[in-house]
Amino acid sequence: MRWRKILVPLAVATALGAVVARAEEDKSAQSIEQYREALKDGNPAELYESSGEELWKKPAGPKNVSLEKCDLGLGAGVVKGAYAQLPRYFKDTDKVQDAESRVLTCMSTLQGVDVAKYVNASFGTPEKDDLNAIATYISGQSKGVPVKVSLALPKEQQMYDLGKRMFYYQGGSHDFSCATCHGEEGRRIRLQDLPALATKKGAGSAWTSWPAYRVSAGQMWGMQWRINDCFRQQRFPEPVYASDVTIALSMFMAANANGALMDTPGIKR
Amino acid sequence: MKKIASIVSALAFAAIAAGVQANAADGSSWGPGADDANFKAMLKSGFRAKGIATLDRLDQDATQAFCSDPDRANSKESAAQKAKIEADNMAAIKWPSDGKWLGDWKEGEKLAQSGRGLTSTDKAGDVNGGNCYNCHQLSPKEISYGTIGPSLTNYARIKGVDEEAMRYVWGHIYDSKAYNACSNMPRAGYKGILTEKQIKDLMALLLDPNSPVNQ
Ligand code: HEC
Ligand code: HEC
Repeated sequence: MRWRKILVPLAVATALGAVVARAEEDKSAQSIEQYREALKDGNPAELYESSGEELWKKPAGPKNVSLEKCDLGLGAGVVKGAYAQLPRYFKDTDKVQDAESRVLTCMSTLQGVDVAKYVNASFGTPEKDDLNAIATYISGQSKGVPVKVSLALPKEQQMYDLGKRMFYYQGGSHDFSCATCHGEEGRRIRLQDLPALATKKGAGSAWTSWPAYRVSAGQMWGMQWRINDCFRQQRFPEPVYASDVTIALSMFMAANANGALMDTPGIKR
Repeated sequence: MKKIASIVSALAFAAIAAGVQANAADGSSWGPGADDANFKAMLKSGFRAKGIATLDRLDQDATQAFCSDPDRANSKESAAQKAKIEADNMAAIKWPSDGKWLGDWKEGEKLAQSGRGLTSTDKAGDVNGGNCYNCHQLSPKEISYGTIGPSLTNYARIKGVDEEAMRYVWGHIYDSKAYNACSNMPRAGYKGILTEKQIKDLMALLLDPNSPVNQ
């Protein structure tokens, strides 16, 4: 796909920056030129958005059908506004699900895909790139829509409470929890601002800006990847993709963000 | 070693149940004591070991368990337990074996800059950094510093360099929880993040009059 060809050299150029520029001036200059070209057509996240849409609409899997009939909570086939109301409880799975875990469900039920491969793949692999692109497309269809996550059902409230407990759960070599870094407003790690995720303001700005294109990494990250990397910084073991741990934390952040306007796809340093 | 060292097995539920009133009884629905079975199941199915970040990192010691419910930890009713946790952490501090406090501030600056170590993508045997600039301002020349902890610029002048100051700073780097049970600062000595020599080098960064921190 075209955007992958553009984004790979871009990642190298931005990650290695000056070093590459000096050592391989021509190649780097060429990559930056490609980056500029890419930006002319819109922000790189938008390229993921359109490739996500393509993946959504293309028949695939053993059953060779598209994901268009997927029920993201507002009825089969409704994508507009759905992301702003996720995570939510789904009757068919009897589970609270976020966008990414729900896409896995639809890949499995509609397309007959064995999703274990997608769950277990590392971030940055084509499997995860596809899931990130699809999540980017879905979230883009909620741009400007207020976050409206329900805690009305017992399972939804339970997921929120589990997420809150996880948020404050300390462990590991450094005694860190999410709250160590995201517990108070106005704090920084080095120069990076840390939103206070238990507050409406902090959660409102953070939750609504993911999936986001990370310029420093040259990658599109969904919330699953964001949480995964924060657990790494927390010195915790790796959270399983789309597990309840990750969904509970998303439920906590999303419900805290209720009322804020979705502003995805985001763009980050 | 005292109680503090004995890692409470299976997520410290036992310690919480024995020592503190369960949160659920206070009407709150989220903390330790509420929905324990589901929380435990969620942790069990939700994580897998990656590299050196193994699953035992989810097992809490008494300090971590106490501090995972900030409202309760800060409540009046918990004052005695908080004091006990601080005393246990204090008793676990190892003071410098040769009685010397200060090492090499140049090495200390490198350690303060480094945020490496002990993540799932680090290797066993890698030299750990101190993460200090992630949370503190130190040398005024370094403009990329975090603000989770207070500024330590000019620290020797503010804190002094007498025996008492040396003990205070050593104690904080070794085990900050001895002074504030739920400090956000890692227990670099107690948890084996930094060696005695590394702590001496960081002491010099903070307290040697020639260190850039004190210029
Ligand atoms: C050791 C510190 C640390 C811990 C612990 C930590 N984070 Fe983060 N988090 C960061 C940093 C630093 C950033 C900014 C990342 C960047 O700019 O590269 C961040 C960014 C985020 C963001 C995006 C914010 C935004 O406005 O774009 C979210 C969401 C987030 N973290 C969630 C979490 C969750 C959930 C946890 C607990 C599982 C957690 N973090 C634990 C340091 C931490
Ligand atoms: C995750 C953030 C964090 C990291 C990393 C960190 N600190 Fe701290 N530090 C704090 C906080 C917060 C305090 C405030 C006191 C408290 O709550 O314990 C503090 C307090 C201190 C104090 C006591 C200040 C005073 O005069 O009372 C010293 C000394 C100190 N830190 C040194 C260091 C050094 C040296 C390092 C690197 C090895 C370091 N810190 C790493 C967060 C951090």
